[in-house]
Formats: sequence, C-alpha cells, structure tokens
Amino acid sequence: MTLNKSKELLLEMKNIHIDGFSDERWHKILKGVDLTLHRGEILGLIGESGAGKSTMGKAAMGYTQPGCKIIKGEINFNGIDLAKLTEFEKRKIWGTKISYVAQSAAASFNPAHRLMDQTISAANRLKINSTDVLKKDAVQLYESLQLPDAENIGDRYPHQVSGGQLQRIMTAMAMSPRPELIIFDEPTTALDVTTQVEVLSAMRSIVDKFNTAAIYITHDLAVVAQMADRIKVLRYGEEVEEAETRDMLSNPKEEYTKSLWSVRSLIKPEETNEDYMLSIKNIDAAYGSSKVLHNVSIDIPKGKTVAIVGESGSGKSTTARVITGLLPQLKGEIIFDGKKLSPKLEQRSKEELRRIQIIFQMPDTAMNPRQTVDEIIGRPIEFYQGIKGKEREAKVIELLKMIELDETFLDRLPSELSGGQKQRICIARALAANPDLIICDEVTSALDQIVQEGILKLLQKLQKDLGVTYIFITHDIATVKAISDEIVVMYQGEVVEQGLKSKILNPPYPDYTELLLSSVPEMDPDWLTNLLNKRSS
Amino acid sequence: MLRLSLGLVTVFAFSVIIFSTFSFLPGDFATEILGQSATKSAVKALRAELGLDKPPVTRYFDWLGNVFQGDFGSSFSGRSKVQGDQGDRSREVVGLIVPRLKNTLFLTGVAAMLAIPLSLILGISAALYRNSYYDRSATGVSLVTVSSPEFFTAYIFILLLATLFPVFPTISNVDEASTLAERFYRTALPVFTLTLITMGHMMRMTRSAIINILSSEYIEMAKLSGASRYEVIVKHALPNAWAPISQVIAINLAYMLIGSVVVEYVFNYQGIGRLMVGSVYNRDLPVVQACALIFASTYVILNLIADLIGIISNPRLLYPK
Repeated sequence: MTLNKSKELLLEMKNIHIDGFSDERWHKILKGVDLTLHRGEILGLIGESGAGKSTMGKAAMGYTQPGCKIIKGEINFNGIDLAKLTEFEKRKIWGTKISYVAQSAAASFNPAHRLMDQTISAANRLKINSTDVLKKDAVQLYESLQLPDAENIGDRYPHQVSGGQLQRIMTAMAMSPRPELIIFDEPTTALDVTTQVEVLSAMRSIVDKFNTAAIYITHDLAVVAQMADRIKVLRYGEEVEEAETRDMLSNPKEEYTKSLWSVRSLIKPEETNEDYMLSIKNIDAAYGSSKVLHNVSIDIPKGKTVAIVGESGSGKSTTARVITGLLPQLKGEIIFDGKKLSPKLEQRSKEELRRIQIIFQMPDTAMNPRQTVDEIIGRPIEFYQGIKGKEREAKVIELLKMIELDETFLDRLPSELSGGQKQRICIARALAANPDLIICDEVTSALDQIVQEGILKLLQKLQKDLGVTYIFITHDIATVKAISDEIVVMYQGEVVEQGLKSKILNPPYPDYTELLLSSVPEMDPDWLTNLLNKRSS
Repeated sequence: MLRLSLGLVTVFAFSVIIFSTFSFLPGDFATEILGQSATKSAVKALRAELGLDKPPVTRYFDWLGNVFQGDFGSSFSGRSKVQGDQGDRSREVVGLIVPRLKNTLFLTGVAAMLAIPLSLILGISAALYRNSYYDRSATGVSLVTVSSPEFFTAYIFILLLATLFPVFPTISNVDEASTLAERFYRTALPVFTLTLITMGHMMRMTRSAIINILSSEYIEMAKLSGASRYEVIVKHALPNAWAPISQVIAINLAYMLIGSVVVEYVFNYQGIGRLMVGSVYNRDLPVVQACALIFASTYVILNLIADLIGIISNPRLLYPK
C-alpha cells in the first residue's frame, strides 16, 4: 500500500465481451468491461460467483477457459494487444511476464513433481538464469514468504505440505520469473481464517517488495480491502462501480455494493434454555487409528442454535458425524431428548433417524442429479410419515412455500436451480422429515454473501415458526454472529470453550479463541497492518 | 509384499480350480485313448499306470509337490503302451512346453511391442485433438476392432493379406531352424491380429485417462505458466496417467496371451495355446494343467507389474507424508 505508485500504464482492457458455452447454448459472461492497471498497483476485483470476475482475471492474460471465447475487446499489456496474439506468442508472456495464482493450490500443483521443480519451471523457460541461481532465488522467496524450512521444502511433493504453505509456494512460483503482473484468483478462499492472515500478509509484502502489479480476485470485501489500492465491483458480467479502497468502504455508492457485506450486519439476539435437546458426553472418536475427537462434551438447548466453530481439522464435522451415527464413537454417550442414542446408525429406530436431520455444505453433491425436486422432497415425507399420492404432493408444495419457492419448481432437476435454490431444496428435504434437530454443516460457505443472508434469514424464520433446534457448523464468524445463541469453539478435536454468544465473543478470551477471532478480516483497510503490528509487538 | 502374497494365493487358488475342473470332466485319458470297444480291464490297467486310480486329493498334492520342484509330470500321450518296453517314449511336460512357450512369448512379445507404443501414441494424440475427425474415426475404428472376435479378425487378415494379396503366409509354422527374419515374416498375420484386438482397448483407455487429467486444475495452471502443448502432455499429464494406463496394458497383455489360443489355432502356429487346445482334446491332463497354470501366473505377474508401476509413478504412495 505504498502511496508513491507510478502512473505508468501497464494493462488496459477495453470493452471486453466474453461468451461461454454451456447447456447447449452460448451465454454472455462479460458484457463490455473496462479495466486499467498501473505498474505496481493492486486492483481488487470482487463480485459473487457468476459475476465474471475470474473470467476477467484470466482474460487479462489473454486466456479463456475451454468453452469460452473473447467476442470483442482489446487487452493492451505493455502496448501489445493480447487478444490478437497466437497461442504460441501468448505462451511467451504467460508465466514469465504475467503469472497466475489459483484458488486451490492443492489441485493446482502437479502431484507428480517436486515443488522446487514446479516453482522454477516458468523462470527456467526464460533461459536467463541457470537452474542453480533460480533455485537459490526460490529459497529466498520461500524465506520471505515465511515458509518453514525454506532450504528443503522445495524437495517435497505437493501432498507433503499444508494448504496454506502450498498457497505461499504458488506465490513464490508466480514471483520466480519476476513478472510485471500477477493475477491472484481467490487465493485464500479455501484457507482457514487463521491461515488466511499469514498468507495474505506474505503475499502483500512480497508484491510490495518487488513493486509488482496485481489483480486480486475475491468475493470477500474484507480481504480485498487489505490488499488492493483500488476496488472494482462486478455483477452479471458488468461493472457496478470502481473506487479507491478507502472511498469504497466508507462510502459505497451502489446499493449492490452495500449488500455485499450484508451478512455482517445480521445479528440475532441470544437466548438460552436449560432444557437440552441433545447432550453429548465425553465423546472420543477416530478414523481408523487416528483419533480425531478427544473427550468432547456439548449441550444443545431445545429450540436454540448452537454454532460449532473452528478451523478445518478441528473435529467439528466429525462431531456432526458422530451425532448422526455415521461414525460410531469409541467412548462416551449421546443423550437425545432424555434418551440414550445407540452409537451405530443401523441400531437407531426410524423415529430417532427422523428426528435428527443434516444439511450439507455442497448442495450440488448432496442431491441426486437425476431426481426432480418433487422426488427429492417427497421421498422423506413418504419414508418417515407414510404419506402418499395427493396428500404427499400438497405437503411438498407446502414445504416449497415454506422455503419461499413455489410449485413451479416441482419438476425441475437440481441442475436447473441456482446455488441458493439448491440449498433451499436441501433445507426443505430436511424439514420434510419434521425433525427436532437439524445439523447444518457449513451450509452457507459455498454461497455468495447475498444468498447467504437469504438462507440465514430463512433458517431463523423456520426456527421461530417450527421451534427446531440447530447445530450450526461453520468457520465463518460473521455467520456465527448472525445466527447463534450459543457458541462452541473447537480446536484439534477438543472443545476450547462453550457458552452464550455474548460471553464467547467478548473478552477475556482463551488464547485460541483470541487468535481465531482476531484473524477474521474486518472491513477496514488498515486491519491487517494493525493486526500484524499488534501480533509482532 | 502384501500384493505379492496375494498374487501367490491367487495362483494357488487357480491351481485348485484347474485341477478340480479337469478331474470332474466326464471321461479320462484311458477311455479316450483305448476307444469305446476297450475292455474294462485294459482301461483299469492303463489308469493304474497313469495314476488315475488314486483319489483326486492325493493326485492333486502329488502334482502340486512336483510342480514346486519344477516337474510338471509326464505327458500322457506318447508314452510307451507296451508293458516292459524299455525305451520309455513318454515325454516330460516341461520339455514339451518350453519350446512352445518360447514361440508364444515371441508372438505375443512382438505383438505387444507393436500394440503398446501404437496405442499410446494414438490414444494421446486422440486426447490432444479431442472431438476432431481424427479422434472420432480413431475411437470409432477401435470400437470395431475391440468388438470383433479374434478368429474373425484373423480370417479377415487371411482374406486380405494372404488370399487377395498374397503377401504373407496363412500358416505360421516355425521350427528351431527358422531364422529371426523368417519368424517375423511367418508370424506377421497372427501378430497383426493380436495387435488389432488389444490395441483398441488400450488406445481408448489411454485417451480417456489423458482427457481426465487434461481437465484438472494443474493442467490449466501449467498452460497459464506458459508450458507448450507438448510439455503439458509429456511433463504434466503423462506422469499422472501411468497408473491407469499400466493397468490397462496389463489386462490387455493377459488378454493377448489368452487370445493367442484362438489365433495360434487359426494360423497353425506351434505355441502353447495350440498345445493346450490339442491336449484338452486328448484329455492329456498334465499338459493342460501346466498350460493353464502358466496362463494364470502370467496374468498375476502382469498385474503385479502394473501395480508396481502405479506405486512408482505416484509420489503419494512412494513418499508418505
């Protein structure tokens, strides 16, 4: 965030139109977007999924994904129109003049090669420096990105290092040929908040150090606020607005931009209940020989929402699996509505199964793609309640109304629904069993902010109307604030804290809760800088 | 190690199945050789001589014990029929099989050396130019070759390359004295047949393995870091495709060996497949058992090799966390 950025133009994209082919026809993905970027400047590109931000970022390299094509527009990079170059000419620019950092580092490294070889492969193609020089430089990059054991980490294979480390190594790989422009495509979206902070600060400092220009693509406004000098908001393939970061945050002009952080403004008053729907006591659980839960005890008050928070690997999803009986516990017991539940799914009665339902993170994979909405929602009605025929159909329509959809959806297949609609159908499917307890496993994390807000509001409304109890598993603190009454903090398979929301979210914190809460990006461009100063002091 | 012992168990199980199957077949060598008019005492005498009168379980363990010592027993046919004849003309199974096994290995080896590189190249190039006319015709033709039975393919080759255009001989009789060039010339048609019947499958599987990998994110990443088309395929896609490809190759080599039974018969080639067919016809148990056991172990060995390649080519398995 240096202020003395040069005003020399590096990239100028004019009137970009890109079409994509899917479902047997061409769709417009970008409808005439402009973009300018100066040397050493960082531009944030934000929007929801389907806004065309990733397509725009890739187009800045003159690249389109298979099935997409540039209809018209100019991409002037250093005075060369990338849209007019052949594949062969573009390959000379890719990886060396412009490099790319992908969202999922785990999937973007070739599993068959060592990290060092992949880090220097693009720079090696330039044939300016010898392999030895490049390797030394890579080790220095690893060091400045604060990777542990920088000297030797390059000898490992991708599966041998963690996701956060891989993301930093990919940044080193992008930086290795000293490009003029780096495209960061959602580089921290797949990471835990605590890891995200480290990766963000590493990326920011290295981009600053070499004065590299960057386009930073994300759907998280708080993240982009830490990285970018300027922010451009996209929606439906068109520009909504563009402004300097500070102006954008303090004074967003468009209604849409404001709505991007609407979840963060959603707050639910907390309530509790001495009457417990579910209590799990001293649970131990393991996958094979590796133990993942240690002496976990949690109480869930009736008709309330308990959020279980923690980073990946903390055991929050495993706890859900134990409660549902998918993973029988080794030790401890589960008391559901005053009665002991058998650990094994097969030994639970149909009634017990009916009363506990689960909604998953990815609605795409949680539904049979060949079943219509009617079949998806109708089956649990038939299975648990034995209702058939006309009565069943009426019930399905009633459920659709409850989730704010209507009977026109009955014959649709999951592929004909949007992400938010799919998740609503999954909620209706859980409700069809008329359950007392619904476990929501990261139900909003695959959705856009606005859609998230809708789903959270719906869940709250359903709780008020039907009195269901929720266990809400999430790593997103904004969601926790929006929906929960009580919070359980988990870390490495143990419960760190359990209590009312107001107690957990206010000091004094145990160390881990403090780390977790302070790592959640805030809508303040100085947040990361302040946080790092505070942590280093 | 686990795989190796599992392989051994498989071969052992095979030996039991092979042995019992042939034991339960109606008729035996004695009735077959002496004809229908044979007296009961003659049949009984011959059975006693061959050891066929012992209970099957005893015979099985006798046989197995000998196999472990490399002795597959003596062939039933060609043995001395006259009691007291000093010149024992019975032939050792090993002596009978080894030259024919060499012939079969030559045949399938040549076919494999032709089929594997060809199908890899065709498969990779079809994946590269996916949905082009080249890709479509290659996959289409391969489907035809996979679905035609080997004797049909063999006769088509005979019709085209031996009858209409007499380039190669229809009968592939080779002996110890044949030179290498002669062998190549004479075995051309069976080699072509075996190549064609296995190539289609290998090519299609290579194509789909590569296409599968080409859609993964690290391939896009490689493209975006400026890797050329050749580099993407050879350096980034292929190393990750060896495991599925080697599995398919193993299955097809085994299939080739089994296909050679029919093909050798059609072209009258003195290989192990033809020997086996002849021996089944004669109820010549020791030979049939030995052949079947060889087929089974080849299959197991090929699969072991494929598994090994899968492990070596995958750093995840080679270097645990």
